[in-house]
Amino acid sequence: MSYAVVKGTGYVLVHTPDMIYHNGTTQTTEKLTNPDSEYLKKLPEHIRPYEKTVNYAPNQVYIGNITPENLRQYEMPWYDKDVAEANRFGKYGEIMPQDEFIALLKISDAFDLVKLDKNFTASVKSKISNHPLFKEDAAKLKEGEELEEIEKYVKEQHAEGLYQDGKLIGCVKRAHDIDPNLNAHVLFENLVVKASGLLAFKHLVDKNNIDVAAIDYVIECSEEACGDMNQRGGGNFAKAIAEAAGAVNATGSDTRGFCAAPTHALIQAASLVQAGTYENVVVVAGGATAKLGMNGKDHVKKGMPILEDVLGGFAVLVSKNDGINPILRTDLVGRHTVGTGSSPQAVITSLVTMPLDKGGLKITDIDKYSVEMQNPDITKPAGAGDVPEANYKMIAALGVKRNELERSQLAEFGEKHGMPGWAPTQGHIPSGVPYLGFAKEDLTTGTINRAMIVGKGSLFLGRMTNLFDGVSIVMERNTGKTETAGAGISEEAVKNMIAEAMRDFASHLLKA
Amino acid sequence: MDLENQNRVKTMTEKYGAENIIVLLGAAEAEAAGLAAETVTNGDPTYAGSLAGVQLGLRVYHAVDQEFKEAVDPAVYDEQIGMMEMVLDVDSIIAEMTSIREQFCKF
Repeated sequence: MSYAVVKGTGYVLVHTPDMIYHNGTTQTTEKLTNPDSEYLKKLPEHIRPYEKTVNYAPNQVYIGNITPENLRQYEMPWYDKDVAEANRFGKYGEIMPQDEFIALLKISDAFDLVKLDKNFTASVKSKISNHPLFKEDAAKLKEGEELEEIEKYVKEQHAEGLYQDGKLIGCVKRAHDIDPNLNAHVLFENLVVKASGLLAFKHLVDKNNIDVAAIDYVIECSEEACGDMNQRGGGNFAKAIAEAAGAVNATGSDTRGFCAAPTHALIQAASLVQAGTYENVVVVAGGATAKLGMNGKDHVKKGMPILEDVLGGFAVLVSKNDGINPILRTDLVGRHTVGTGSSPQAVITSLVTMPLDKGGLKITDIDKYSVEMQNPDITKPAGAGDVPEANYKMIAALGVKRNELERSQLAEFGEKHGMPGWAPTQGHIPSGVPYLGFAKEDLTTGTINRAMIVGKGSLFLGRMTNLFDGVSIVMERNTGKTETAGAGISEEAVKNMIAEAMRDFASHLLKA
Repeated sequence: MDLENQNRVKTMTEKYGAENIIVLLGAAEAEAAGLAAETVTNGDPTYAGSLAGVQLGLRVYHAVDQEFKEAVDPAVYDEQIGMMEMVLDVDSIIAEMTSIREQFCKF
């Protein structure tokens, strides 16, 4: 059977300045426990305007306008430098402003739960009418509601307010009076996943000349759960996004595994395609408002802007081997198993060297490792260090222990086999997958031959197990040779083998 | 230190006695290790958890501290921690841990 390929990718960010304050858990927790805090007072001064978010180098990398290698040329910190030729749109997607995204929440809403103010609706309708991917959806915004009506929903019926420039301009209504899984807060978070996932999906289709009707299956891999009180995580974001994107011939399902889910989903997609079950599988995920401003206290304390001001989303198309695009080596998969253990050494061994050993490869045979690609501009000031760099050090140290690297090469390993982090700290969003777009290029028109995508997840956060998790897969340059299913052995050969076995069996009977 | 972990340390210390408890840390940075060590000796410096103002004075070590390293099987240590020993800034972690123990450890 022929390996599946990564045929296309879409990457999007959404600037959400008001949602930082209203929906990020660091801020909502502070409002509950310490409503008069200095942090909450100072917060508005530290919110970046949309243009600054667009001009931010790591964000330009995320949507494909700067390569990870070129990001190294920008001296850190990155937040105080503008990219000269920054653009809202990139070759993989876009950085959408908040008002248009709120319109997208309305467009994604199948149950009339999103209510938008009349004036706001009028202002975003013209913008959506001019958006290259949503022109035809502008009518779904309708005319909007009176603001008094929206205020009433928020004050009297527990609706979740939607804000623009600090003003209430809409809301997400609850869908049930007492069901906590259908309350306005949960529905808001779920609609955000759906809308940002849809945005990534549409860019995937648009940027890669994909016939949306040819998509057979969708796997959604974010970290939210949708369902009601009888089935809290019933699903199915995947099919909801597929429907909104017009993928009429697709069904799908949701895969969960904290930050590791996208890599789990990628392996599943590759396996489904390789097995011939489906030809075209899309892996998609939307973003998480809860994580907005997660490290905001540290950023404010250090006089920095709140850098966690964007939602992330991505979509990847995994298709049957076309002889061109990079293949997903399902035989070179790493797994952190129940018995692996939790020491970093055990983790890196199971995720990195286990798949390499299966293929007789050394640590240095992988040209690029895509690990947790968190942007260090965000994490370092918050005391969490440089996450990709720490991962590269661990991989290199393991290389030293395996005698595949000299100890003196530890420091340079990250520069050669790694990349600086550029993804927002949206949990599943930075985990391995941000590189898939560049990997597709690097492994076709570029100069590298092998990359490894590594996803890790902190399962203990859900309190069901103390375990950690992770999976990895090797991506490789396509040799151009494709095999059709079953071509490895002809019908005649099978007949000969059966005849041989029967002769053998008969000879044993004679001897007996 | 995580609020739930503060509760666990406090409960265990009450149950088994402070003299019978050793806290072993695995933090990746000296600063983070120092904060956790201070929490279980001099009390939570952030005043957020149940150990705020509680001076347990527990014995506390980091996985790369020499005292711990010498106490365990070298083969197991190499298998479990050898790689991280190469990655972490061991000297600064040891300096931080030693300083906290000298100031606040009661045992």
